Amino acid sequence: MSTITIDERRAQALAQLPPYREPGIATRGLRWVRAHLVQFCAALALLYMFIPVFVVVLFSFNSPTSKFNYVWNEFSTSAWVNVWKDPEITDSLTISIQVAVVSTIVATVLGSLIAFAIGRHKFRGRGATNLLIFMPMATPEVVMGSSLLTLFVAAQQEGSLGPVTIIIAHIMFSISFVVVTVKARIAGLDSRLEQAAMDLYADEKTTFRKVTFPLVLPGIVAGAMLAFSLSFDDFVITNFTSGQTVTFPMYIWGAAGRGIPPEANVVGAIMFGIALIIVLVPEIVRSVRKR
Amino acid sequence: MAGAHLQNPLVFRIAHPTTPAHESGPMTEPTSTSAADPTSTGGGADLHIVDVTKRFASFTAVDDLTLTIPAGSFFALLGPSGCGKTTTLRMVAGLEEPSAGRIVIGSEDVTHRKPYQRPVNTVFQSYALFPHLDIFENVAFGLRRSKKKDVRNEVEAMLELVELSSFARRKPSQLSGGQQQRVAVARALINKPEVLLLDEPLGALDLKLRRQMQIEMKRIQTDVGITFVHVTHDQEEAMTMADTIAVMNAGRIEQMGAPIELYENPVTTFVANFLGQSNLIKGQLTGKSGGDALLEVQGQRMAMPTARVHSERDDVWVGVRPEKVQISRAGTPTDGENSIAGRVTDASYIGVSTQYLVQLPWGQEVGVFSQNLSTEGPLGTGDDVVLHWNPAHTFALDAAQDADAGAEKIEGDE
Repeated sequence: MSTITIDERRAQALAQLPPYREPGIATRGLRWVRAHLVQFCAALALLYMFIPVFVVVLFSFNSPTSKFNYVWNEFSTSAWVNVWKDPEITDSLTISIQVAVVSTIVATVLGSLIAFAIGRHKFRGRGATNLLIFMPMATPEVVMGSSLLTLFVAAQQEGSLGPVTIIIAHIMFSISFVVVTVKARIAGLDSRLEQAAMDLYADEKTTFRKVTFPLVLPGIVAGAMLAFSLSFDDFVITNFTSGQTVTFPMYIWGAAGRGIPPEANVVGAIMFGIALIIVLVPEIVRSVRKR
Repeated sequence: MAGAHLQNPLVFRIAHPTTPAHESGPMTEPTSTSAADPTSTGGGADLHIVDVTKRFASFTAVDDLTLTIPAGSFFALLGPSGCGKTTTLRMVAGLEEPSAGRIVIGSEDVTHRKPYQRPVNTVFQSYALFPHLDIFENVAFGLRRSKKKDVRNEVEAMLELVELSSFARRKPSQLSGGQQQRVAVARALINKPEVLLLDEPLGALDLKLRRQMQIEMKRIQTDVGITFVHVTHDQEEAMTMADTIAVMNAGRIEQMGAPIELYENPVTTFVANFLGQSNLIKGQLTGKSGGDALLEVQGQRMAMPTARVHSERDDVWVGVRPEKVQISRAGTPTDGENSIAGRVTDASYIGVSTQYLVQLPWGQEVGVFSQNLSTEGPLGTGDDVVLHWNPAHTFALDAAQDADAGAEKIEGDE
């Protein structure tokens, strides 16, 4: 057996391999498309979702030639400057915010309690409760709105239709959403964490205060935000139960017939901005903290 | 390391093992166990489990269990999945209420106490660290509940001990499995419980880290002298760490004792198979001669010490551990030893030893672990051999038992 060096052995081994070929430009191009197809589709979907928002913001800076703000004329900040001068807008916005705040608070408290009951306790009718909670979400709004109107009229309350009846209606449909959101969070909660707290000398109340509640809180906040936007946004049910009261969506609906002023776009843009801040700020704070 | 131990917060001499002040419920009387015993190195109290039964809807998890775990010992409950060991632990912690029986810690009956009223802390299987609190607050949790002063210094000292000081402000999710495990131990130990319960604490770690943590835990236990009750399905882990092991099966204790006792002298087929491997061969007790019991095994006469016979009946499983058996070429004299002829059916050379499978004349295969001491090289498949072993290494078990009980170990939790 003759001795050969490592280099010689390497050369021998390489000589036995089939020749190496660069992949062609077509192959590489196809590969690139395949690798980026998902991103491309995602970008299209996002574009589809955000074009309306973009248009709303864009036209809030328009100075329309007619009372219809549908055609781009020229850039102007007058709508932004004058937005709080139109009493119709401010009044309806105030009503909407008041209704949303009150209904959100009540729906969040009731909904969270229901979620804890369903998520944590076994009782007769638990399954039925679970099912009934879903019903308002599945019922068409038109049906619910007209039923509520019938109910209020049957109770001879047609004279008192207004903010109170709107709030009652909004609480009713918001609860389901809060329950579903909070319940999901409770279901994901590891019961061993509570056992660990009890093991570490926390009694039932302290365990709830220090462990259970802080861990479920994100679900409660999410439920509350959902309830707020549902209430603020609702038109159909509100229209049935509002009497003479005009909420912001109802004002927009009315204005659409006679031409929506760019001030409405400004309010829309502001709402979007607030939502964006609510979503982004915690993310930014988290990433800053991690650093 | 030695220097660090001096300021080690765990090396406390507890004259009065202070039960953490409960937020509700009466203060516990200090137990006298450790205070009265000047040789005691630390805290901890005896744990008595008396006639405890736990029934769930369809089955009995723990069946009339009676157990005393002495103060300061490192005790392991060892058994396969579903044997009731975790249920036992949870009853001691107060997370499960016994269907019958009593649990006493020191001189106090805690059977119906809430978990937060017991001088006990638990290291949970999946650690159960609070994800919304940072490491510092996780460790401080128990101290804050019992309104301790000087939380800051105690927690810092404890984090120093488990070498996680620089992670104090991290969240549990930012730590590795081994680090989380150390936090879980620190969080329990800082409360200076009378009894520390460990529920498969190393189950989620990889093998290398597990070995390291086993030694670490043993060291901590020696330092603090608290009673450790450790639940595991890993026999090697139990034997490495514990000074007393109770082997549990189907809600009952099969055998309890020091690791060496259980391994060398098992009293049931379950223990013989669950702790290591055993060769069990059918035989009959035929009489006595001095301190020895005489046996007949498939026509072959054998002897063994009477103290190692664990059967009321004459039909027995004659047992011997694979590493106690010597393997020699057929015809080798085996004076004074128990011996059986056989033929090698498989030989696996694994460096430190060779593992043989040997078929006996009646078809049964037995295992032999042989140290590679021979200069002739290992025996090969098909070689005729004689197996022989010291009579003192023989044990005899009641043949009414299943010879395969405990042989199949199922990994995983209960």
